Amino acid sequence: MADATMSNVLKKSGKEIHANWARDLASNQTGKGRISATELDQQTAEFIKLLTVASESASASDISTPEFKPIRDFLEGVSRSRVAQGFSSDETAMFIFSLKKPFFAALRTDAGKDADALADQVWRATELLDALGLHTVKSYQKSREEVINRQQREMLELSSPVVKLWEGIIALPMIGTLDSARTQVVMENLLQKVVETGAQIAILDITGVPTVDTLVAQHLLKTVTALRLMGAECIISGVRPQIAQTIVHLGVDLQGVTTKANLADALALALKRTGTSLKQ
Amino acid sequence: MGEFLLVTIQIDMHDQMALKLQDDLSNAIIKNATRGVLIDISTLEMVDSFIGRMVADISSIGKILGAETILVGMQPAVAITLVELGLSLPGVATALNVERGMVLLRRKIDADGTDVSER
Repeated sequence: MADATMSNVLKKSGKEIHANWARDLASNQTGKGRISATELDQQTAEFIKLLTVASESASASDISTPEFKPIRDFLEGVSRSRVAQGFSSDETAMFIFSLKKPFFAALRTDAGKDADALADQVWRATELLDALGLHTVKSYQKSREEVINRQQREMLELSSPVVKLWEGIIALPMIGTLDSARTQVVMENLLQKVVETGAQIAILDITGVPTVDTLVAQHLLKTVTALRLMGAECIISGVRPQIAQTIVHLGVDLQGVTTKANLADALALALKRTGTSLKQ
Repeated sequence: MGEFLLVTIQIDMHDQMALKLQDDLSNAIIKNATRGVLIDISTLEMVDSFIGRMVADISSIGKILGAETILVGMQPAVAITLVELGLSLPGVATALNVERGMVLLRRKIDADGTDVSER
C-alpha cells in the first residue's frame, strides 16, 4: 500500500512538519492579532494528529469516507471560528494549503533519490490536501451563509412591529423594500395581532417603503383582503405623491381600499369609524 | 337564537359535510323565518379551495333567502390561504368574533333589511 508511506512520514516527522507549518503560518498570517499563536499551534497540532490517523486508513485520497469524519468535523469547526474571527476565504484556505510545503519537504527526505516514488507520493498528498482545502472553503462559505440568513431573519422580525394606537386600532409602520417573504411575515404578524387585540381597524403605514411596484401593490391588496376576511378594516396611509402617481400609471386597482396621505389622517378616520371623538 | 341562526363549524369539514350543511342551513332559514345568520368558523383551521367556495356559497344562499349572513372568527392562517387561493369572498360580510358579528347583524337588520354593507 503506497499510502503507508504517507502515514509513515507523518508519524516519523510529524513534529518537524508541525513546527515548519506553524512557523510558515505565523509568518504569512495577514490577520495578526485575530488569532493567538497558541490557538493556531493547537489547531495545527490537532490537524496533523487527525491526518496521521486518517491516512492510516486504506482509502486515503477520498475524504468522504467515514475515516475522514473527524478531520472533516475539525475543519468545519476551524472554518466556523475563522468566520467568527473575520478571516477572508483565502486566508482560511491558506491554513490547509500552507501545509504542502513542509509536508512535501518531509516526503522528499523520506523518498531520498527515488524520484518516481517521490512524484507518486507528492501527487497523492496534493490530492488529499486539495480535497481538504476545498472542504474547508466550502464549510467557510456555508458558515458565512448561515450568518447572512440569520441576519436576514432578524431583520424581518425587527422591521415589522405592530403597534396599538387606540382601543381597537392598530398600526403597522412598514419600512424598507417589500418582497414576498417579508410581506408574508408582515401579514401573519398583523393578522395574529388583530386576533389578539380584537382590533377593528388596522392602519398600514407605507411611509418608509421606497418604491411601490405592481408586486408590492399586489401584496398590499392581499393583506387588505385577508384583513377584511377576518372582519377587520384596513386603511393604507403614508402614500407619497410619487407613489400615488406610480400606482395610477401602473394601472393598479386600489378600489375598495381606503388610502390616506399620512398616518394622522388615517387615525382620524379610524377614530371616526370606531365612534370615538376627540376634543382639543 | 330567536330570529338569528348561529352556525358553528367545529371540525374540519369534508366536502360531503359541507354540502349537507348548505342544504340544512337553507331549509332551516325558511323553516324558522330567520333574519340573520352567523357562521362561526373560528375553530376551522384548514381550508381548501372547495371549502372556501362552500363558505362563500353558504353566505350567498343566506342572503338570497332574505337573511343577513355574516362570517365570523376567521383564523389568520385561513384568511391568508383564502387570499392566496384567490378567494376574496366579495360581498360577504365579516366580523372578528361572534359578539361583533351579533352587533353588526343587529345594526343591519335594524336598517330594515336593506343591504347596508359598505364594503
